[in-house]
Amino acid sequence: MSGSQQALEFGRPIAPSRLRLPPWRYRFQGSDTAWAIAFVIPYVAIFAAFVIYPIVFGLWMGSDLKLYDLLFSDPRYVTTLVNTLLFVAIGVNVKMVLAFLLSGFFMNRSWWTRTLLAIYLLPWALPGLTVFLSIHYMLVTEWGLLDSLWRAVTGEDGPLFLVSAPLAMAANIVSYIWKWMPFWTLIFLAARMAIPQDIYEAAEIDGASGYRRLVHVTFPLLANVYLICTLLSTVWTLGDFPTVYFVSSGAPARSTDVLATYGFHEAFDFGYPNLGVAAMMSALPLLIPLVILLMRRIRVTGVQL
Amino acid sequence: MSTTLTSGRRRRPFSKLPAIGLGVGLLIWTLLPIYNMLLIALSDDGDEFTGDIWPDDWNWESFRVVWTEGYWYLEHFWHQLGNSLYMSVATMLLTVLIGSLASFALGRLKLRHGWIVTDFALLTYMLPTAFLVIPFVHLMHIYGLTDSLWAVIAAEVTFATPYAILILHQYAKLIPLELDESAKIDGASPLQVYLRIYVPLMAPALVAVGVYALLLAWNEYLYQYLLITSPRNTTVAVAIDQFFDSDEAPWNYMMATALVYSLPPIAIYFGLRRFMVAGLTMGGVK
Repeated sequence: MSGSQQALEFGRPIAPSRLRLPPWRYRFQGSDTAWAIAFVIPYVAIFAAFVIYPIVFGLWMGSDLKLYDLLFSDPRYVTTLVNTLLFVAIGVNVKMVLAFLLSGFFMNRSWWTRTLLAIYLLPWALPGLTVFLSIHYMLVTEWGLLDSLWRAVTGEDGPLFLVSAPLAMAANIVSYIWKWMPFWTLIFLAARMAIPQDIYEAAEIDGASGYRRLVHVTFPLLANVYLICTLLSTVWTLGDFPTVYFVSSGAPARSTDVLATYGFHEAFDFGYPNLGVAAMMSALPLLIPLVILLMRRIRVTGVQL
Repeated sequence: MSTTLTSGRRRRPFSKLPAIGLGVGLLIWTLLPIYNMLLIALSDDGDEFTGDIWPDDWNWESFRVVWTEGYWYLEHFWHQLGNSLYMSVATMLLTVLIGSLASFALGRLKLRHGWIVTDFALLTYMLPTAFLVIPFVHLMHIYGLTDSLWAVIAAEVTFATPYAILILHQYAKLIPLELDESAKIDGASPLQVYLRIYVPLMAPALVAVGVYALLLAWNEYLYQYLLITSPRNTTVAVAIDQFFDSDEAPWNYMMATALVYSLPPIAIYFGLRRFMVAGLTMGGVK
């Protein structure tokens, strides 16, 4: 499988091919290096100016330990922290499990599942801004679409979603799943399609089918991809901004904020940028181990993203 | 691949009824928020929330208002749409250029210690972008790029390029190195190899990366909102949010604007889906 070859090459592009070079190739080496440096400079410059510099600047802004005393004395911050953990833990895992199962459904390539897949992937391409706003107005009054549908089916008034904190948080999580499940379904679908068909045929001869095929063949083969996707999605979701900002927009009374929206409000509405940075930096104890784990998994398994 | 799949599947009959039920459920689930945009956009002003699940009269007035900039939040609508387009296209071009140059240096010219750059790209790709936004806004003041579309372009390019480099680096492994070497024997410089061999052969991957960058910039909101302040320089995304921030805004105009703003991504998605999907899978989650 090409995956294993990529695993060997990933991160170490120099070793194998340079050793096999014919002698005449070395004539170009000096100028090649100069060209290579010239070609890579635009990216390195962007990285230094717009990634390294903001990170260092941010670390400096959030370096005052008093900020963290201030944070933890704010009950809204503690709520925010709990919300963020719930949002990530439930949102990411439910999304990933459903995406994994649905990718099996979409392995059936009849005309109607193909059409359905094309429509189903639409949320992935749409701007978060517009769809989350739309969901917000489905929920914000009891005359929104969701409550109207509820009324049409049951004849009674539906719940006021953005008045109760648990319901508003649930709405955030469901909206997040709506937006991002299609993307990961597609990733898992691609991974499933890369499994050679003869493995399934061998499993079928051995009597594994249906549920047992999923548990004993498909999932072990995709376990690495699943793990890496889940880790990556966790890292991204920890810093998710638009979902909560638009769907519940913190309602009721800033009780459904997550770290990114809390930091945003502290920095740009209340004028405490350092406190905002500190709020976002308080995710680092979770973020850094995740990123290290992820880098190592990617290095070891050669899964490319 | 797909033929073996279908023949493999044909032996195991796909139980029709639950599958169709699931399909209908997914269809409703997916389309409900999109339908809601249309429902509100087609309502009369003030009648957005009457509890209807079907618009009683199809009132296209709000789209006319958007088209003619007939409401004061929308007075720069076409100019702002131009800004969105300018910003996204500039992001796309710069991402493709910088990403392809870097991936050429890393993969074809075998830059020594190039893995450091790849690792940096991977690290940036993982970064939750919202966590960088506060220092980023401060930096843009230091760089003198306040209220400038180029500040936004800088941000979008920064976050789009890492993925471009990773995908292009991966895709380039499919192109034999012998092509480069024979061109060099004929006296081609690395720049000529890049222009004459690398770019043409990488075209599908470049399109995939370009579409990715275009949609990333178009769909992003936070950086656009914070880096641009004046109504003339702002983008449609920020204009839509102005409705959201005010209390008595006409929601039908807002949703009409949101729908118009969603149309380019929908069109790109249906037109270039092949490339978008390929962009995800060509790096290969294998």
